[in-house]
Amino acid sequence: MSKMILGRYIPGDSFIHRLDPRTKLLATFFYIAIVFLANNWQSYLFLTVVTLAIIPLARVSFKFFINGLMPVLFLLVFTVLIQIFFTTGGQVYWRWGWLSVTSLGLINAGFVFIRLVLIIFMSTLLTLTTPSLSLADAVESLLKPLAKIHFPVTEVALMLSIALRFVPTLMDQTTKTMNAQRARGVDFGSGGLVKQIRTIVPLFIPLFVSAFTMADDLATAMEARGYRDGLGRTKYRVLHYGKRDAMTTGALAVLTLGLLILRR
Amino acid sequence: MAGVGLDDVSLTIHGGEYTAIIGHTGSGKSTLLQHLNALIKPTSGTVTIGDRTITSATSNKNLHELRRQVGMVFQFAESQLFAATVREDVAFGPRNFGVSAADADALAVKMIARVGLPADVLDRSPFDLSGGQMRRVAIAGVLAMQPEILVLDEPTAGLDPVGRREMMALFAQLHAAGQTIVLVTHQMDDVADYADRVFVLDQGQLVKQGTPQAIFQDADWLLDHQLGLPRTTQFALQLRKRGFQFAHLPLKSAELAQMLAPQLGGQAHE
Repeated sequence: MSKMILGRYIPGDSFIHRLDPRTKLLATFFYIAIVFLANNWQSYLFLTVVTLAIIPLARVSFKFFINGLMPVLFLLVFTVLIQIFFTTGGQVYWRWGWLSVTSLGLINAGFVFIRLVLIIFMSTLLTLTTPSLSLADAVESLLKPLAKIHFPVTEVALMLSIALRFVPTLMDQTTKTMNAQRARGVDFGSGGLVKQIRTIVPLFIPLFVSAFTMADDLATAMEARGYRDGLGRTKYRVLHYGKRDAMTTGALAVLTLGLLILRR
Repeated sequence: MAGVGLDDVSLTIHGGEYTAIIGHTGSGKSTLLQHLNALIKPTSGTVTIGDRTITSATSNKNLHELRRQVGMVFQFAESQLFAATVREDVAFGPRNFGVSAADADALAVKMIARVGLPADVLDRSPFDLSGGQMRRVAIAGVLAMQPEILVLDEPTAGLDPVGRREMMALFAQLHAAGQTIVLVTHQMDDVADYADRVFVLDQGQLVKQGTPQAIFQDADWLLDHQLGLPRTTQFALQLRKRGFQFAHLPLKSAELAQMLAPQLGGQAHE
Protein backbone atom coordinates (compact mmCIF):
# COMPACT_ATOMS: atom_id res chain seq x y z
CA MET A 1 0.00 0.00 0.00
CA SER A 2 2.97 2.30 0.64
CA LYS A 3 3.53 2.54 -3.11
CA MET A 4 0.17 4.14 -3.61
CA ILE A 5 0.53 7.77 -4.52
CA LEU A 6 -3.14 8.50 -5.09
CA GLY A 7 -4.47 10.65 -2.29
CA ARG A 8 -1.08 10.80 -0.58
CA TYR A 9 -0.20 14.08 1.05
CA ILE A 10 3.38 15.25 1.49
CA PRO A 11 3.50 17.88 4.23
CA GLY A 12 5.42 20.98 3.35
CA ASP A 13 5.43 24.73 3.51
CA SER A 14 5.89 25.82 -0.09
CA PHE A 15 4.07 28.40 -2.17
CA ILE A 16 1.72 25.73 -3.47
CA HIS A 17 1.16 24.20 -0.03
CA ARG A 18 -0.02 27.54 1.30
CA LEU A 19 -2.46 28.25 -1.52
CA ASP A 20 -6.10 28.21 -0.60
CA PRO A 21 -7.39 24.68 -1.32
CA ARG A 22 -10.30 26.15 -3.28
CA THR A 23 -7.84 27.91 -5.58
CA LYS A 24 -5.87 24.72 -6.02
CA LEU A 25 -8.95 22.66 -6.78
CA LEU A 26 -10.40 25.14 -9.25
CA ALA A 27 -7.01 25.84 -10.81
CA THR A 28 -6.44 22.13 -11.36
CA PHE A 29 -9.83 21.72 -13.02
CA PHE A 30 -9.24 24.82 -15.10
CA TYR A 31 -5.78 23.64 -16.10
CA ILE A 32 -7.13 20.26 -17.17
CA ALA A 33 -9.72 22.05 -19.28
CA ILE A 34 -7.26 24.34 -21.02
CA VAL A 35 -4.83 21.53 -21.76
CA PHE A 36 -7.33 20.60 -24.47
CA LEU A 37 -6.87 24.00 -26.07
CA ALA A 38 -3.38 23.06 -27.17
CA ASN A 39 -3.33 21.77 -30.73
CA ASN A 40 0.17 22.27 -32.14
CA TRP A 41 3.69 21.66 -31.03
CA GLN A 42 4.30 25.25 -29.94
CA SER A 43 1.34 25.20 -27.58
CA TYR A 44 2.29 21.79 -26.19
CA LEU A 45 5.85 22.93 -25.65
CA PHE A 46 4.55 26.04 -23.87
CA LEU A 47 2.32 23.94 -21.59
CA THR A 48 5.12 21.49 -20.80
CA VAL A 49 7.53 24.28 -19.91
CA VAL A 50 4.93 25.95 -17.69
CA THR A 51 4.07 22.68 -15.91
CA LEU A 52 7.70 21.80 -15.30
CA ALA A 53 8.20 25.30 -13.93
CA ILE A 54 5.27 24.98 -11.53
CA ILE A 55 6.27 21.61 -10.06
CA PRO A 56 9.45 22.85 -8.30
CA LEU A 57 7.29 25.46 -6.53
CA ALA A 58 5.82 22.65 -4.42
CA ARG A 59 9.28 21.54 -3.24
CA VAL A 60 8.28 17.92 -3.50
CA SER A 61 10.65 15.35 -4.96
CA PHE A 62 10.00 14.79 -8.66
CA LYS A 63 10.09 11.07 -7.95
CA PHE A 64 6.57 11.28 -6.53
CA PHE A 65 5.28 12.60 -9.84
CA ILE A 66 6.89 9.75 -11.73
CA ASN A 67 5.36 7.32 -9.22
CA GLY A 68 2.01 8.97 -9.83
CA LEU A 69 2.28 7.92 -13.46
CA MET A 70 2.84 4.27 -12.63
CA PRO A 71 -0.77 3.21 -11.94
CA VAL A 72 -1.93 4.65 -15.28
CA LEU A 73 1.13 3.52 -17.24
CA PHE A 74 -0.86 0.77 -18.94
CA LEU A 75 -3.56 3.22 -20.01
CA LEU A 76 -0.91 5.62 -21.24
CA VAL A 77 0.91 3.01 -23.34
CA PHE A 78 -2.37 1.60 -24.63
CA THR A 79 -3.66 4.99 -25.78
CA VAL A 80 -0.36 5.91 -27.40
CA LEU A 81 -0.19 2.60 -29.28
CA ILE A 82 -3.78 2.94 -30.49
CA GLN A 83 -2.96 6.42 -31.75
CA ILE A 84 0.18 5.25 -33.50
CA PHE A 85 -1.34 2.28 -35.28
CA PHE A 86 -4.84 3.42 -36.10
CA THR A 87 -4.43 7.04 -37.15
CA THR A 88 -4.34 7.44 -40.89
CA GLY A 89 -3.11 10.45 -42.78
CA GLY A 90 0.14 12.17 -43.57
CA GLN A 91 3.20 10.31 -44.76
CA VAL A 92 3.00 6.52 -44.47
CA TYR A 93 6.13 4.90 -42.99
CA TRP A 94 4.95 1.33 -42.55
CA ARG A 95 1.80 -0.58 -43.37
CA TRP A 96 0.53 -4.05 -42.59
CA GLY A 97 -3.11 -4.84 -43.34
CA TRP A 98 -5.14 -2.17 -41.61
CA LEU A 99 -2.32 -1.27 -39.23
CA SER A 100 -0.16 1.60 -40.33
CA VAL A 101 2.37 3.96 -38.85
CA THR A 102 1.98 7.43 -40.30
CA SER A 103 3.49 10.79 -39.56
CA LEU A 104 0.13 12.09 -38.37
CA GLY A 105 -0.28 9.06 -36.11
CA LEU A 106 3.11 9.63 -34.49
CA ILE A 107 2.37 13.30 -33.93
CA ASN A 108 -1.04 12.56 -32.48
CA ALA A 109 0.40 9.89 -30.21
CA GLY A 110 2.98 12.35 -28.97
CA PHE A 111 0.32 14.96 -28.26
CA VAL A 112 -1.95 12.50 -26.44
CA PHE A 113 1.01 11.34 -24.37
CA ILE A 114 2.01 14.85 -23.35
CA ARG A 115 -1.60 15.78 -22.62
CA LEU A 116 -2.14 12.78 -20.31
CA VAL A 117 1.19 13.20 -18.54
CA LEU A 118 0.54 16.90 -17.92
CA ILE A 119 -2.94 16.21 -16.56
CA ILE A 120 -1.65 13.49 -14.26
CA PHE A 121 1.22 15.69 -13.08
CA MET A 122 -1.17 18.49 -12.18
CA SER A 123 -3.62 16.26 -10.33
CA THR A 124 -0.68 14.66 -8.51
CA LEU A 125 0.47 18.14 -7.57
CA LEU A 126 -2.97 18.87 -6.13
CA THR A 127 -3.16 15.72 -4.00
CA LEU A 128 0.48 15.84 -2.91
CA THR A 129 0.21 19.37 -1.57
CA THR A 130 -3.32 19.37 -0.16
CA PRO A 131 -4.44 17.35 2.86
CA SER A 132 -7.70 15.56 2.10
CA LEU A 133 -9.54 17.43 4.84
CA SER A 134 -8.66 20.74 3.17
CA LEU A 135 -10.00 19.36 -0.08
CA ALA A 136 -13.24 18.46 1.67
CA ASP A 137 -13.41 22.01 3.04
CA ALA A 138 -12.80 23.37 -0.42
CA VAL A 139 -15.56 21.23 -1.92
CA GLU A 140 -17.94 22.35 0.81
CA SER A 141 -17.12 25.99 0.24
CA LEU A 142 -17.46 25.69 -3.52
CA LEU A 143 -20.76 23.83 -3.31
CA LYS A 144 -22.23 26.41 -0.99
CA PRO A 145 -24.30 28.15 -3.71
CA LEU A 146 -26.14 24.86 -4.30
CA ALA A 147 -27.72 25.19 -0.85
CA LYS A 148 -30.11 27.64 -2.52
CA ILE A 149 -31.67 24.79 -4.48
CA HIS A 150 -31.92 22.68 -1.29
CA PHE A 151 -28.86 20.60 -2.02
CA PRO A 152 -27.62 19.29 1.40
CA VAL A 153 -24.17 20.88 1.18
CA THR A 154 -23.16 20.55 4.84
CA GLU A 155 -24.28 16.92 5.00
CA VAL A 156 -22.41 16.03 1.84
CA ALA A 157 -19.34 17.84 3.14
CA LEU A 158 -19.58 15.99 6.46
CA MET A 159 -19.89 12.64 4.72
CA LEU A 160 -16.98 13.52 2.49
CA SER A 161 -14.69 14.47 5.34
CA ILE A 162 -15.66 11.40 7.38
CA ALA A 163 -15.14 9.15 4.38
CA LEU A 164 -11.71 10.66 3.74
CA ARG A 165 -10.77 10.35 7.39
CA PHE A 166 -11.65 6.65 7.44
CA VAL A 167 -9.90 5.61 4.25
CA PRO A 168 -6.57 4.90 5.99
CA THR A 169 -8.33 3.31 8.97
CA LEU A 170 -10.23 0.94 6.71
CA MET A 171 -7.07 0.20 4.74
CA ASP A 172 -5.33 -0.79 7.99
CA GLN A 173 -8.30 -2.88 8.96
CA THR A 174 -8.20 -4.61 5.58
CA THR A 175 -4.55 -5.51 5.97
CA LYS A 176 -5.12 -6.80 9.50
CA THR A 177 -8.13 -8.88 8.54
CA MET A 178 -6.30 -10.27 5.53
CA ASN A 179 -3.40 -11.31 7.72
CA ALA A 180 -5.69 -12.86 10.30
CA GLN A 181 -7.47 -14.89 7.63
CA ARG A 182 -4.21 -15.87 5.96
CA ALA A 183 -3.09 -17.17 9.34
CA ARG A 184 -6.25 -19.28 9.34
CA GLY A 185 -5.30 -20.80 6.01
CA VAL A 186 -6.94 -18.54 3.44
CA ASP A 187 -4.93 -18.10 0.25
CA PHE A 188 -5.78 -14.72 -1.19
CA GLY A 189 -5.19 -14.35 -4.90
CA SER A 190 -4.65 -18.00 -5.73
CA GLY A 191 -6.83 -20.58 -7.45
CA GLY A 192 -9.57 -20.10 -10.00
CA LEU A 193 -12.05 -17.27 -10.23
CA VAL A 194 -14.75 -18.96 -8.13
CA LYS A 195 -12.27 -19.86 -5.40
CA GLN A 196 -10.86 -16.35 -5.36
CA ILE A 197 -14.31 -14.81 -5.08
CA ARG A 198 -15.02 -17.14 -2.20
CA THR A 199 -11.91 -15.97 -0.31
CA ILE A 200 -13.32 -12.45 -0.45
CA VAL A 201 -16.16 -13.39 1.93
CA PRO A 202 -13.99 -13.81 5.07
CA LEU A 203 -12.41 -10.47 4.22
CA PHE A 204 -15.46 -8.40 3.31
CA ILE A 205 -17.86 -9.46 6.02
CA PRO A 206 -15.53 -8.48 8.90
CA LEU A 207 -14.79 -5.22 7.06
CA PHE A 208 -18.46 -4.37 6.64
CA VAL A 209 -19.19 -5.31 10.22
CA SER A 210 -16.36 -3.16 11.54
CA ALA A 211 -17.49 -0.29 9.31
CA PHE A 212 -20.98 -0.58 10.80
CA THR A 213 -19.56 -0.67 14.30
CA MET A 214 -17.33 2.30 13.60
CA ALA A 215 -20.25 4.25 12.11
CA ASP A 216 -22.41 3.46 15.12
CA ASP A 217 -19.69 4.42 17.61
CA LEU A 218 -18.89 7.58 15.68
CA ALA A 219 -22.54 8.65 15.53
CA THR A 220 -22.91 8.11 19.28
CA ALA A 221 -19.71 10.01 20.00
CA MET A 222 -20.83 12.87 17.75
CA GLU A 223 -24.21 13.12 19.42
CA ALA A 224 -22.58 13.02 22.84
CA ARG A 225 -20.54 16.02 21.78
CA GLY A 226 -23.62 17.96 20.83
CA TYR A 227 -23.82 17.41 17.09
CA ARG A 228 -27.36 17.74 15.75
CA ASP A 229 -27.06 18.70 12.13
CA GLY A 230 -24.97 20.93 9.93
CA LEU A 231 -27.20 23.96 10.48
CA GLY A 232 -26.05 26.72 12.73
CA ARG A 233 -22.54 25.40 13.21
CA THR A 234 -19.48 27.59 13.15
CA LYS A 235 -16.29 26.54 11.44
CA TYR A 236 -12.90 25.81 13.00
CA ARG A 237 -10.91 25.85 9.79
CA VAL A 238 -11.84 29.02 7.94
CA LEU A 239 -10.59 29.41 4.39
CA HIS A 240 -9.22 32.75 3.25
CA TYR A 241 -8.21 33.84 -0.20
CA GLY A 242 -4.93 35.70 -0.12
CA LYS A 243 -2.36 37.36 -2.32
CA ARG A 244 -1.08 34.04 -3.62
CA ASP A 245 -4.52 33.11 -4.85
CA ALA A 246 -4.76 36.32 -6.84
CA MET A 247 -1.31 35.60 -8.28
CA THR A 248 -2.39 32.12 -9.27
CA THR A 249 -5.51 33.43 -10.95
CA GLY A 250 -3.43 35.94 -12.86
CA ALA A 251 -0.94 33.25 -13.90
CA LEU A 252 -3.77 31.08 -15.16
CA ALA A 253 -5.15 33.98 -17.20
CA VAL A 254 -1.74 34.54 -18.77
CA LEU A 255 -1.43 30.82 -19.46
CA THR A 256 -4.82 30.76 -21.18
CA LEU A 257 -4.00 33.83 -23.20
CA GLY A 258 -0.68 32.33 -24.27
CA LEU A 259 -2.41 29.15 -25.39
CA LEU A 260 -5.04 31.05 -27.33
CA ILE A 261 -2.31 32.95 -29.16
CA LEU A 262 -0.20 29.86 -29.88
CA ARG A 263 -3.00 27.59 -31.08
CA ARG A 264 -4.12 27.75 -34.65
CA MET B 1 10.00 5.59 3.02
CA ALA B 2 11.17 2.09 3.99
CA GLY B 3 11.15 1.91 7.78
CA VAL B 4 13.10 -0.80 9.51
CA GLY B 5 10.84 -2.90 11.72
CA LEU B 6 13.48 -5.27 12.98
CA ASP B 7 17.22 -4.95 12.96
CA ASP B 8 19.64 -7.83 13.48
CA VAL B 9 17.36 -9.84 15.76
CA SER B 10 18.60 -13.28 16.71
CA LEU B 11 16.71 -15.44 19.17
CA THR B 12 15.66 -19.02 19.81
CA ILE B 13 12.23 -20.01 21.04
CA HIS B 14 12.31 -23.45 22.58
CA GLY B 15 9.56 -25.97 21.99
CA GLY B 16 7.21 -26.31 24.94
CA GLU B 17 8.32 -23.03 26.48
CA TYR B 18 6.16 -20.08 27.40
CA THR B 19 7.92 -17.14 25.78
CA ALA B 20 6.97 -13.54 26.40
CA ILE B 21 8.01 -10.69 24.12
CA ILE B 22 7.85 -7.21 25.63
CA GLY B 23 8.79 -3.75 24.51
CA HIS B 24 6.97 -0.47 24.19
CA THR B 25 4.62 0.36 21.33
CA GLY B 26 6.36 0.39 17.97
CA SER B 27 9.35 -1.63 19.15
CA GLY B 28 8.74 -4.28 16.48
CA LYS B 29 6.95 -6.93 18.56
CA SER B 30 4.10 -7.43 16.14
CA THR B 31 6.49 -7.42 13.20
CA LEU B 32 8.50 -10.15 14.88
CA LEU B 33 5.35 -12.19 15.49
CA GLN B 34 4.30 -12.06 11.89
CA HIS B 35 7.62 -13.60 10.90
CA LEU B 36 6.70 -16.67 12.89
CA ASN B 37 4.24 -17.90 10.28
CA ALA B 38 5.69 -16.11 7.27
CA LEU B 39 3.02 -13.46 6.97
CA ILE B 40 6.11 -11.31 6.68
CA LYS B 41 9.31 -12.74 5.28
CA PRO B 42 12.69 -11.50 6.51
CA THR B 43 14.40 -9.05 4.17
CA SER B 44 17.67 -10.55 5.34
CA GLY B 45 18.58 -13.43 7.56
CA THR B 46 16.55 -16.56 8.14
CA VAL B 47 13.68 -17.78 10.27
CA THR B 48 13.72 -21.46 11.13
CA ILE B 49 10.55 -23.04 12.43
CA GLY B 50 10.74 -26.76 13.06
CA ASP B 51 12.48 -28.10 9.96
CA ARG B 52 11.40 -25.23 7.74
CA THR B 53 13.65 -22.31 6.91
CA ILE B 54 12.20 -19.07 5.64
CA THR B 55 14.30 -16.52 3.85
CA SER B 56 13.45 -13.51 1.72
CA ALA B 57 13.43 -15.86 -1.28
CA THR B 58 10.86 -18.30 0.15
CA SER B 59 7.89 -18.49 -2.20
CA ASN B 60 4.37 -17.89 -1.00
CA LYS B 61 3.42 -21.39 -2.02
CA ASN B 62 3.59 -24.29 0.43
CA LEU B 63 3.27 -22.02 3.43
CA HIS B 64 -0.02 -23.72 4.22
CA GLU B 65 1.41 -26.32 6.57
CA LEU B 66 3.44 -23.68 8.40
CA ARG B 67 0.34 -21.58 8.98
CA ARG B 68 -1.35 -24.59 10.54
CA GLN B 69 1.63 -25.35 12.77
CA VAL B 70 1.82 -21.79 14.01
CA GLY B 71 -1.57 -20.58 15.19
CA MET B 72 -1.73 -16.85 15.46
CA VAL B 73 -4.17 -14.89 17.60
CA PHE B 74 -4.08 -11.30 16.44
CA GLN B 75 -4.78 -8.22 18.52
CA PHE B 76 -8.54 -7.71 18.76
CA ALA B 77 -9.02 -11.10 17.17
CA GLU B 78 -12.81 -10.71 17.27
CA SER B 79 -12.57 -8.64 14.10
CA GLN B 80 -11.76 -11.75 12.08
CA LEU B 81 -15.15 -13.41 12.63
CA PHE B 82 -17.34 -13.60 9.55
CA ALA B 83 -19.37 -16.81 9.32
CA ALA B 84 -23.11 -17.11 9.88
CA THR B 85 -22.69 -19.24 12.99
CA VAL B 86 -19.98 -19.65 15.61
CA ARG B 87 -19.76 -23.32 14.63
CA GLU B 88 -18.86 -22.49 11.02
CA ASP B 89 -16.43 -19.80 12.04
CA VAL B 90 -14.45 -22.02 14.39
CA ALA B 91 -14.45 -24.83 11.81
CA PHE B 92 -13.23 -22.43 9.11
CA GLY B 93 -9.52 -22.79 9.97
CA PRO B 94 -9.48 -26.60 10.08
CA ARG B 95 -11.56 -26.74 6.87
CA ASN B 96 -8.94 -24.60 5.11
CA PHE B 97 -6.33 -27.14 6.10
CA GLY B 98 -8.31 -30.02 4.65
CA VAL B 99 -10.00 -31.42 7.76
CA SER B 100 -13.29 -33.16 6.89
CA ALA B 101 -16.53 -31.35 7.69
CA ALA B 102 -17.51 -33.79 10.42
CA ASP B 103 -14.09 -33.64 12.12
CA ALA B 104 -13.97 -29.86 11.88
CA ASP B 105 -17.39 -29.66 13.48
CA ALA B 106 -16.30 -31.93 16.31
CA LEU B 107 -13.26 -29.69 16.80
CA ALA B 108 -15.50 -26.63 16.93
CA VAL B 109 -17.66 -28.18 19.65
CA LYS B 110 -14.56 -29.14 21.63
CA MET B 111 -12.81 -25.80 21.31
CA ILE B 112 -15.87 -23.75 22.22
CA ALA B 113 -16.04 -25.71 25.45
CA ARG B 114 -12.31 -25.26 25.99
CA VAL B 115 -12.48 -21.47 25.77
CA GLY B 116 -15.22 -21.55 28.38
CA LEU B 117 -18.30 -20.80 26.31
CA PRO B 118 -21.61 -22.69 26.69
CA ALA B 119 -22.50 -25.07 23.86
CA ASP B 120 -25.58 -23.06 22.91
CA VAL B 121 -23.46 -20.28 21.34
CA LEU B 122 -22.43 -22.73 18.62
CA ASP B 123 -25.46 -22.06 16.46
CA ARG B 124 -25.70 -18.36 17.15
CA SER B 125 -24.27 -15.67 14.94
CA PRO B 126 -20.89 -14.48 16.20
CA PHE B 127 -22.13 -10.91 15.81
CA ASP B 128 -24.82 -11.44 18.47
CA LEU B 129 -22.18 -12.13 21.13
CA SER B 130 -20.52 -9.70 23.50
CA GLY B 131 -17.01 -8.44 22.76
CA GLY B 132 -15.43 -10.81 25.26
CA GLN B 133 -17.33 -13.79 23.92
CA MET B 134 -16.37 -12.88 20.36
CA ARG B 135 -12.73 -12.83 21.43
CA ARG B 136 -13.12 -16.34 22.83
CA VAL B 137 -14.74 -17.55 19.63
CA ALA B 138 -11.86 -16.10 17.63
CA ILE B 139 -9.34 -17.80 19.91
CA ALA B 140 -11.29 -21.08 19.63
CA GLY B 141 -11.03 -20.69 15.86
CA VAL B 142 -7.24 -20.58 16.10
CA LEU B 143 -7.04 -23.42 18.64
CA ALA B 144 -9.23 -25.53 16.33
CA MET B 145 -6.35 -25.61 13.86
CA GLN B 146 -4.47 -27.55 16.56
CA PRO B 147 -1.31 -25.52 16.17
CA GLU B 148 1.96 -26.74 17.63
CA ILE B 149 2.97 -23.18 18.40
CA LEU B 150 0.42 -20.69 19.66
CA VAL B 151 1.29 -17.06 19.06
CA LEU B 152 -0.72 -14.48 21.00
CA ASP B 153 -0.59 -10.77 20.25
CA GLU B 154 -2.03 -9.05 23.32
CA PRO B 155 -4.84 -11.58 23.65
CA THR B 156 -6.37 -9.91 26.70
CA ALA B 157 -6.30 -6.27 25.51
CA GLY B 158 -9.64 -4.66 26.23
CA LEU B 159 -11.03 -7.55 28.29
CA ASP B 160 -12.44 -7.12 31.78
CA PRO B 161 -10.33 -8.44 34.70
CA VAL B 162 -12.27 -11.69 35.01
CA GLY B 163 -12.10 -12.33 31.28
CA ARG B 164 -8.40 -11.58 31.36
CA ARG B 165 -7.71 -13.99 34.18
CA GLU B 166 -9.75 -16.74 32.55
CA MET B 167 -7.99 -16.31 29.19
CA MET B 168 -4.55 -16.31 30.82
CA ALA B 169 -5.49 -19.40 32.82
CA LEU B 170 -6.57 -21.11 29.60
CA PHE B 171 -3.21 -20.40 27.97
CA ALA B 172 -1.39 -21.61 31.09
CA GLN B 173 -3.43 -24.82 30.92
CA LEU B 174 -2.49 -25.32 27.26
CA HIS B 175 1.14 -24.68 28.14
CA ALA B 176 0.99 -27.23 30.94
CA ALA B 177 -0.26 -29.71 28.35
CA GLY B 178 2.90 -29.14 26.31
CA GLN B 179 1.87 -26.31 24.00
CA THR B 180 4.57 -23.85 22.91
CA ILE B 181 3.31 -20.33 23.55
CA VAL B 182 4.64 -17.00 22.36
CA LEU B 183 2.95 -14.06 24.04
CA VAL B 184 3.26 -10.38 23.28
CA THR B 185 1.92 -8.24 26.09
CA HIS B 186 2.14 -5.01 28.02
CA GLN B 187 0.93 -6.72 31.19
CA MET B 188 4.06 -7.31 33.23
CA ASP B 189 2.06 -9.25 35.80
CA ASP B 190 1.24 -11.83 33.15
CA VAL B 191 4.89 -12.03 32.16
CA ALA B 192 5.91 -12.56 35.79
CA ASP B 193 3.19 -15.12 36.42
CA TYR B 194 3.42 -17.28 33.32
CA ALA B 195 6.51 -16.79 31.16
CA ASP B 196 9.52 -19.11 31.17
CA ARG B 197 11.60 -16.76 29.08
CA VAL B 198 11.40 -13.10 28.16
CA PHE B 199 12.70 -11.18 25.16
CA VAL B 200 12.83 -7.40 25.31
CA LEU B 201 12.65 -5.44 22.06
CA ASP B 202 13.53 -1.79 21.70
CA GLN B 203 13.42 0.09 18.40
CA GLY B 204 13.53 -3.09 16.38
CA GLN B 205 16.45 -4.56 18.25
CA LEU B 206 16.61 -7.35 20.76
CA VAL B 207 18.09 -5.66 23.81
CA LYS B 208 17.64 -8.21 26.57
CA GLN B 209 16.69 -11.81 27.07
CA GLY B 210 16.46 -14.16 29.99
CA THR B 211 14.12 -15.55 32.60
CA PRO B 212 11.53 -13.18 34.08
CA GLN B 213 13.52 -13.38 37.33
CA ALA B 214 16.64 -12.07 35.62
CA ILE B 215 14.85 -9.45 33.50
CA PHE B 216 12.90 -7.85 36.32
CA GLN B 217 15.88 -7.60 38.69
CA ASP B 218 17.13 -4.67 36.66
CA ALA B 219 14.25 -2.37 37.60
CA ASP B 220 15.96 0.92 36.70
CA TRP B 221 16.92 -0.33 33.27
CA LEU B 222 13.35 -1.40 32.53
CA LEU B 223 11.93 1.93 33.62
CA ASP B 224 14.51 3.66 31.43
CA HIS B 225 13.22 1.68 28.45
CA GLN B 226 9.63 2.70 29.20
CA LEU B 227 8.69 -0.73 30.43
CA GLY B 228 6.85 -1.47 33.61
CA LEU B 229 7.39 -3.87 36.46
CA PRO B 230 5.04 -6.47 37.90
CA ARG B 231 2.96 -4.98 40.70
CA THR B 232 4.60 -7.23 43.27
CA THR B 233 8.05 -6.07 42.22
CA GLN B 234 7.00 -2.42 42.38
CA PHE B 235 5.70 -2.97 45.88
CA ALA B 236 8.89 -4.73 46.94
CA LEU B 237 10.94 -1.81 45.62
CA GLN B 238 8.96 0.59 47.80
CA LEU B 239 9.42 -1.69 50.80
CA ARG B 240 13.14 -1.79 50.13
CA LYS B 241 13.21 2.01 50.43
CA ARG B 242 11.63 1.63 53.86
CA GLY B 243 14.40 -0.67 55.00
CA PHE B 244 13.23 -4.13 54.08
CA GLN B 245 15.86 -6.52 52.76
CA PHE B 246 15.40 -8.68 49.67
CA ALA B 247 18.03 -11.06 48.36
CA HIS B 248 16.40 -10.58 44.94
CA LEU B 249 13.29 -8.75 43.83
CA PRO B 250 10.23 -11.00 44.05
CA LEU B 251 7.87 -11.33 41.06
CA LYS B 252 4.90 -13.13 42.52
CA SER B 253 2.96 -12.24 45.61
CA ALA B 254 3.56 -15.67 47.21
CA GLU B 255 7.28 -15.15 46.79
CA LEU B 256 7.04 -11.70 48.36
CA ALA B 257 5.06 -13.05 51.28
CA GLN B 258 7.70 -15.72 51.86
CA MET B 259 10.43 -13.13 51.96
CA LEU B 260 8.47 -10.72 54.15
CA ALA B 261 7.29 -13.16 56.79
CA PRO B 262 10.65 -13.67 58.61
CA GLN B 263 11.41 -9.93 58.45
CA LEU B 264 8.10 -9.11 60.08
CA GLY B 265 8.87 -11.55 62.85
CA GLY B 266 6.47 -14.18 61.64
CA GLN B 267 7.27 -17.71 60.76
CA ALA B 268 8.28 -18.68 57.24
CA HIS B 269 5.50 -20.53 55.53
CA GLU B 270 6.46 -24.14 54.84
